[in-house]
Amino acid sequence: MSICDKTAIVGIANTEFSKNSGRSELQLAAEATRDALADAGLKPSDVDGMTTFTMDNTDEIELARAVGIGDLRFYSRVPHGGGAATGLIHQAVMAVASGMAECIVCYRSLNGRSGHRYSSGVSGPLLTADAIHWGWYTPYGLMTPASWVAMYSQRYMHLTEQCQEAMFEIAHVQREYAAKNPAALFYEQPFTLDDYENAKRIVSPLKLLDCCLESDGGSAVIITTAERAKDLKHKPVAIKGVGQAAAANMESMTSFYRPEIAAIPSMDIAAREAYQQSGLTPDDIDAAVIYDAFTPIVLWQLESWGFCESYKAPQFVLDGALRSDGRLPTNTHGGQLSEAYIHGVNGIVEAAKLVRGSSVNQPAKHIENVLVTSGVGVPTGGALLGSL
Amino acid sequence: MTPEERQAFEEELYTFVGRPLHPEPKRSYDAVNEAMIRHWAEVMGDKNPAYTNAEWAASSRRGELIAPPAMMYAWNQEGYAVAAEGRPSDGLSDLVAYFDQHGFTGSLGTNVDQEFFAEAKIGDALFEDAIIEEISEQKVTARGRGYFLQTLAKFTNQSGELIGTQRFRVFKFIPPEAPPKAAASGASEELEVPTRIHAPRGQDNGWWWDACDEGKVLIQRCKNCQTLRHPPRPMCGECQSTDWDSVQSTLDGEIFSFVEMHYPKFPGYKYPLIVAVISLAEGTRIISNVVGIDSQDVKIGMKVKGKVEQVDEKTMLPQFYPVEA
Ligand SMILES: [Zn+2]
Repeated sequence: MSICDKTAIVGIANTEFSKNSGRSELQLAAEATRDALADAGLKPSDVDGMTTFTMDNTDEIELARAVGIGDLRFYSRVPHGGGAATGLIHQAVMAVASGMAECIVCYRSLNGRSGHRYSSGVSGPLLTADAIHWGWYTPYGLMTPASWVAMYSQRYMHLTEQCQEAMFEIAHVQREYAAKNPAALFYEQPFTLDDYENAKRIVSPLKLLDCCLESDGGSAVIITTAERAKDLKHKPVAIKGVGQAAAANMESMTSFYRPEIAAIPSMDIAAREAYQQSGLTPDDIDAAVIYDAFTPIVLWQLESWGFCESYKAPQFVLDGALRSDGRLPTNTHGGQLSEAYIHGVNGIVEAAKLVRGSSVNQPAKHIENVLVTSGVGVPTGGALLGSL
Repeated sequence: MTPEERQAFEEELYTFVGRPLHPEPKRSYDAVNEAMIRHWAEVMGDKNPAYTNAEWAASSRRGELIAPPAMMYAWNQEGYAVAAEGRPSDGLSDLVAYFDQHGFTGSLGTNVDQEFFAEAKIGDALFEDAIIEEISEQKVTARGRGYFLQTLAKFTNQSGELIGTQRFRVFKFIPPEAPPKAAASGASEELEVPTRIHAPRGQDNGWWWDACDEGKVLIQRCKNCQTLRHPPRPMCGECQSTDWDSVQSTLDGEIFSFVEMHYPKFPGYKYPLIVAVISLAEGTRIISNVVGIDSQDVKIGMKVKGKVEQVDEKTMLPQFYPVEA
């Protein structure tokens, strides 16, 4: 059986995004959940399942109690940071399509700026598998997300042409979107090529504007059966396909041991799975929300999802593909580079809006199907959303 | 601090902004002179003859010696007495005392920005006129919670000509609690030099780091099928054998990819800092530093040779050097 069109996203919400939310991550998750339920026209008591990130600090049962959700029949967590984003959909779809649950909240909230900041790097005295893994890198100083991604990027730049120009185009197009999105942290704050080139170097070849924000906020989406979705408030956003994958010889963020590292085989597998389930092809996809912790990772994903050939993403991007009138309007909310960094779940919210036709930067053309992806460098995934 | 206490603290704190450090411009302790210039240039390793070689200077387009521009602030600095008697009270020390009284006892100089407009010549008197230019909002950093304060000093000569300006930025913060062990042993005063972050040593990887401490880089080898693997893991992915030994790497390698770390900078690491993925001649890869080369000269495909070195007081690591072509 295929999961295509068996389930739908029926409610979506973000809290405001900020540098200091002034409240707990539990409260942010509760507000996002409450608002997503209201958006769907559902009551807390309709919910019977939850999915989130292993990294999320908010316990499912705490959240359920806070929001007034009753009995839970299903709860599940997905590992590896931003790689979990569409994994939340993956888990929810399997539960709902199989009848294990009927209505699931997928949530993520973090005080990523005022609380723990990922840019502060990894270290710690604990003898965990995780600490042993990072131990192969921290003694040499390679210990921030930017540094791990820069290592793949340098290699990708070596094998492609115009990569640097394409990185600017990605950062710039997304900032243009954010400048027109009142919810974005960079609302009304465009930048120029000069700003980009003169920005602080973070880890060469990445500069400041190649890197995502650190922000506070919460996002939630509600997934239920396609049948039930038809009676709710908004046009249902069907889940056509969703893939999740960890390719062979994987490390979390540091898969430097494969024959070629300027590629993301995990996303290739996820794409193949999602296309197979949905019967869709790259030509059927009208817009995208592509995980953008750093500019180069957008390029690799365009290749994984078949929008262009391997090592040709820079040219695809420089043809204006990501712009509102381009082949594949992408990250129309401003992305995590310029709207907010809620680990890709704000991206799922935006992808659903694109299908509904309610994005703040809704492209002029008709949008039937939208791709949304998770963070890469880690086990990852992606989902294809569309009209029911 | 309660929110109310913080509000009251900040209300008074921001009244310091704009205050002068000295009641009137502070005159340099000595006129600009050759002896101090010579000491400064020697310590800095600055061999520019414009500062110390009078003969050369006489024939230069200036016709005379000048003081090193970056030395500008030195003429007005207190001497050794500060160490013994403390700094005389001024606008800045009042602000520092205010921070200290409220628990922000940590100090960390973070930036110095100098701008130069004219040259100081032998015999000049320099006058420093400084204010507290800026105090940031409260920030949370890896050091702790606190405020950045910035002073702006303007240096003029006896004719009132502007020589240069200097902005000095200091972070005043609440230091984290001292670790209980240090407090108990009474050794909390001891200054510890930060070292690199070490890998924790467990059953599957400890042997590798132990060998590294002895100057060797080993590569794990399956005893059953001879396949090499790195980083170490307890089972061979080819034949599922848990029997293994190791071979010592010659550390001949080639750069497969690399990065240069700029921000944030971590205590205990030396910058510029290059980290690379290196393909070893044995066929496995290792992540390590590339040293002994300017960062702009590092290239993918470059041949390198490693040796295990002591990189700080507590750390042995392989470090790779470019191989002369
Ligand atoms: Zn074997």
